[in-house]
Amino acid sequence: MTELRSGGIRPSGIEIDGTHEHAIHLLRQMLRIRRFEERTVQLYSEMRIRGFLHLDIGEEACAVGVMESLRPEDAVVSTYREHGHALARGMSMRAVMAELEGKVEGCSRGRGGSMHLFDAPTRFYGGNAIVGGGLPLAVGLALADHLAKRPVVTVCFFGDGAVAEGEFHESMNLAAVWGLPVLFCCENNLYAMGTALDRYESETDLSLKAASYRVPAWEVDGMDVIAVEEATRAAAESVRGGGGPHFLELRTYRFRAHSMYDPDRYRDKNEIERWKQRDPIGSLSNRLGADGHLSEEDLDGIESEIQAEVEDAVTFAEAGSLEPLSDLYRFVMSESATGGATP
Amino acid sequence: MTELSYRDAMREALREALNRDERVFLMGEDIGRYGGCFAVTLGLLEEFGPDRIRDTPLSESAFVGAGIGAALGGMLPIVEVMTVNFSLLALDQIVNNAAALLYMSGGQFNVPLVIRMSTGGGRQVAAQHSHSLEGWYAHVPGIRVLAPATLEDARGMLWPAVEDPDPVLIFEHASLYNMRGDLADTTGDITSAAVRRFGDDVTIIAYGGTVRTAIEAAGTLAEGGISSEVIDLRSLRPLDTATFVSSAVRTHRAVVVDEGWCTGSLAAEVCSRIAEEAFYDLDAPVRRVCSAEVPMPYAKHLEDAALPQPADVVEAVRALGA
Repeated sequence: MTELRSGGIRPSGIEIDGTHEHAIHLLRQMLRIRRFEERTVQLYSEMRIRGFLHLDIGEEACAVGVMESLRPEDAVVSTYREHGHALARGMSMRAVMAELEGKVEGCSRGRGGSMHLFDAPTRFYGGNAIVGGGLPLAVGLALADHLAKRPVVTVCFFGDGAVAEGEFHESMNLAAVWGLPVLFCCENNLYAMGTALDRYESETDLSLKAASYRVPAWEVDGMDVIAVEEATRAAAESVRGGGGPHFLELRTYRFRAHSMYDPDRYRDKNEIERWKQRDPIGSLSNRLGADGHLSEEDLDGIESEIQAEVEDAVTFAEAGSLEPLSDLYRFVMSESATGGATP
Repeated sequence: MTELSYRDAMREALREALNRDERVFLMGEDIGRYGGCFAVTLGLLEEFGPDRIRDTPLSESAFVGAGIGAALGGMLPIVEVMTVNFSLLALDQIVNNAAALLYMSGGQFNVPLVIRMSTGGGRQVAAQHSHSLEGWYAHVPGIRVLAPATLEDARGMLWPAVEDPDPVLIFEHASLYNMRGDLADTTGDITSAAVRRFGDDVTIIAYGGTVRTAIEAAGTLAEGGISSEVIDLRSLRPLDTATFVSSAVRTHRAVVVDEGWCTGSLAAEVCSRIAEEAFYDLDAPVRRVCSAEVPMPYAKHLEDAALPQPADVVEAVRALGA
């Protein structure tokens, strides 16, 4: 560990005895994301979903662990790989599925699709598909809270690839120099699309980069939902208490390809298999089972409840309607905008 | 009526906005202690304090993006970018975020942000500080683009831009800051073009810095008996098509003056609209007077040759047989 770093790796494998009900809740949340996404793959092959579809499978502990630590008034800025973030944040599975099917009942009226999920009630500000482009937005949301003296945290998700973008460095510096309440959550899955971290970064220790901006930075086992939750809770409370921006490097891995278009030629199959041994869902359910807190029957019960929720979402999406073409120009500008000139 | 400069008029508008709504704040490079690279914000730091007059790092993408985020968070930010050339470092935030968020979110998240920046040449600051790229921004749906050319518009367009629920870009031609005059009443209108000089023989359409060029040309033409109508577009997006088309229908001739490069320019858009809507009323083809298609040179004689000059406008009008 270097002197610059103010955190260090957060402990994983925290004792779950006594909090097993909460641990089961975390398991359920991760399973909801996994089963939802598995269903979207089917729908994609049936051509009910088109465009890009970036799956979170393998990375669910990051989404769930972070969201569990937030309050309703907090804000979230996410990436194009955000189904998990959206569901864990409490967005309706129906509205997310309808969005993927391009229906007007979708959370973005079918305007955004998989990469652009938005939801005002849960303060979910996308669904941003320009890598690094969401970081300045998060800094600005935090600036608004800072100026209004609201004890609110803005969480900003991005991947390891974003660290190579100028916007990462500009945003880290700006948040730090102004002491803004942003929690930067870097989901480091070791690949910027198809390019491995050590092939595109001269310094692969990402926390070190944040620490160089005097941002407290912690590395976290992103395959352990309890470790993620613990670290996020501590970091978020520090941010909320006026401690300025914090940075979490969530070390994780995606089990699937980058998107449905990706033949995944750049990863060693053994590497993928090794990471699958650390599946955040399997690990937690095994631990709960071994400790006698989760029986096969319990797990089956959870699975069937989730299956029902996913199928309900699919039914809702399939029954949804297409936005009328007469609405094509709606929301280019606000409907209360001054003037009536045509664009 | 008070004698003041365009710069003073803009500063008054900023002061008014800061006083009118506590959600308004300013940020940009050197707008505070330095007083603004064009001295527009001089004295505002002392008056409103560092929370509301925020000096930023040289990070155009981050502070423009932070303006978008702060607008999403309920504030009314006014962001200053030194020049339109520098704004290219924030192009991602302006085009991919500010302009798209409302639509992409299905109407949930509007961005009430104002971005001010200087534009244009004539100061011998060469090829990275002199271009007129506002036409690029006028290409993009989801933003409003304004070009105040008078003291009244410098003073009057800012507040309605702040009140507008969507992103507004304000382009201030750098050669206008020292323009002095008496400030007349302002209308607060940000949607219409304005007729700056009435005439019957030809319509000269201009905006921002070229409005003065057009008016000067109109004066010369008047001496030769040609009566020119000068239209100041004021809003580059959306364009007030009706005003310039109806003028062209009446005068039967039109010349568009634009400091942008000719190819793919805002002038090209204006010409297209006239051709589409007034073709059979024209007595001559529509003409354009634009900047030479070169990166702006430093040497004065070359820069003058590259920029639209009143004599170029006069020549273009005469070539139409007006």
